[in-house]
Amino acid sequence: MTQLMNENGIRCDGRSIDQIRNVSIKVGVLKNADGSAYIEFGKNKILAGVFGPRDVHPKHMADQDSGILRCRYHMSPFSVTERKNPAPSRREIEISKVIKEALQPAVILKDFPRTVVDVFIEILQADGGSRCAALDAASVALVDAGIPMRDMVSACAAGKVADKIVLDVNDEEDKEGQADMPVAYMPNLGKITLMQLDGILTPNEYKKCLETAIGGCKQVYEIQKKALMEKYFKNGEA
Amino acid sequence: MMETVKRKYVIPGDTIVTGPFRPEQNVYQDGDRIISTSIGISEIYENAVRVIPLSGMYMPKTNDLIIGKVIGHSSLSWEFDINSCFIGFLPAQDVFGRDYSPTKDELKARLDKGDLVAVRVANFDRSRDPLLTIQDRDLGKIESGELITIAPSKVPRLIGKRGSMIQTIEMATKAIITIGQNGLIVVSCEDPVGLLKAIEAVKMVDAQAHTPNLTERVKSMLGVELGENNDTINE
Repeated sequence: MTQLMNENGIRCDGRSIDQIRNVSIKVGVLKNADGSAYIEFGKNKILAGVFGPRDVHPKHMADQDSGILRCRYHMSPFSVTERKNPAPSRREIEISKVIKEALQPAVILKDFPRTVVDVFIEILQADGGSRCAALDAASVALVDAGIPMRDMVSACAAGKVADKIVLDVNDEEDKEGQADMPVAYMPNLGKITLMQLDGILTPNEYKKCLETAIGGCKQVYEIQKKALMEKYFKNGEA
Repeated sequence: MMETVKRKYVIPGDTIVTGPFRPEQNVYQDGDRIISTSIGISEIYENAVRVIPLSGMYMPKTNDLIIGKVIGHSSLSWEFDINSCFIGFLPAQDVFGRDYSPTKDELKARLDKGDLVAVRVANFDRSRDPLLTIQDRDLGKIESGELITIAPSKVPRLIGKRGSMIQTIEMATKAIITIGQNGLIVVSCEDPVGLLKAIEAVKMVDAQAHTPNLTERVKSMLGVELGENNDTINE
């Protein structure tokens, strides 16, 4: 087993315990999508595209009172070291579902009855914590598409590595570490839309882990905000 | 009483203001906070708060003049792509008159797939798809021109205050510009140079819609003398 943390509290990739990886977001990278975003979250490289609101196919899925949200999380065959079968795996189906449920409280689709908003997420390169990074990109893409939203959704993971609570677990720490807790958060409303936990934590550790993750979400939110400002308000002031 | 209009850049979730304000377009109220739901520019005027969005789809509104593309027809109506999440319906009676009979009249003869038509939204509510009409002045099939698609949220900027922007472009290039509220724009001009200039101007407005002094820059691009106010151009 590799050493995940040295005696000075420096992690395997050189970060301190409360430091997130480098995050950069670009908005509006896909011309054919109504809204899109590209995120680099450490070594994660993820594209998100949003289509809609548009007609629902198959028709029976349509809701007469409101729009619906659909989400697809997909990993490219070349996104991981061993080729991944491009067919949706059990894991991808689950992540699609949790991402959809994490975005659902944020979007307001009441004004778009009988329509669907499709969110497509493509993992080009995976490096642990991809569901959080995917959520960050999807939320920015939804704003870019002009879907009304109560708040942005920012996501970040925290976990337990070498008996310490750390922020933003990477691939190695995820596999070797003791716990991993992805959290999605609406920073202005102060509400959690996704919380998963893989591993074992004591009640105190749990509290600390959740607080750490929310702190990470707030950092990610600033980056999301900056990326949107960059695209929409680059030149000139209001 | 607040009279001055306060503008601010906002993204979804941003609190625009707290207090007894009336929420209007693209905002919602949470307790005493007024929160934006879209990326755009917030405005506060006369105790009302709204956000002018910078992205998003066209939402049909009754009485809007829009440009639609025929995507097909049944025996009783045409279906239009109106650059929205809904499909527009133009009933055959609207074109043929009340004595329309599906056995006698051929819909294809009047409007065929791919035709561009200037239409007005006759009726729209959330329970039904928008109903269109061509029963008005200046409506009907568009025979010629260049089609440009811009973001529907930028249409008001292209028109400008009391039509100042569009008049500037039309006067400078001698082009005739039909603006659909849904972001579809048809430019026609006898002079090819004018046509290209007008198209460039429209695209420029689309790209720089949220920046200040846009009219000035469009004018200098079109070679209209600066410093003139819009009223003199109108004369």
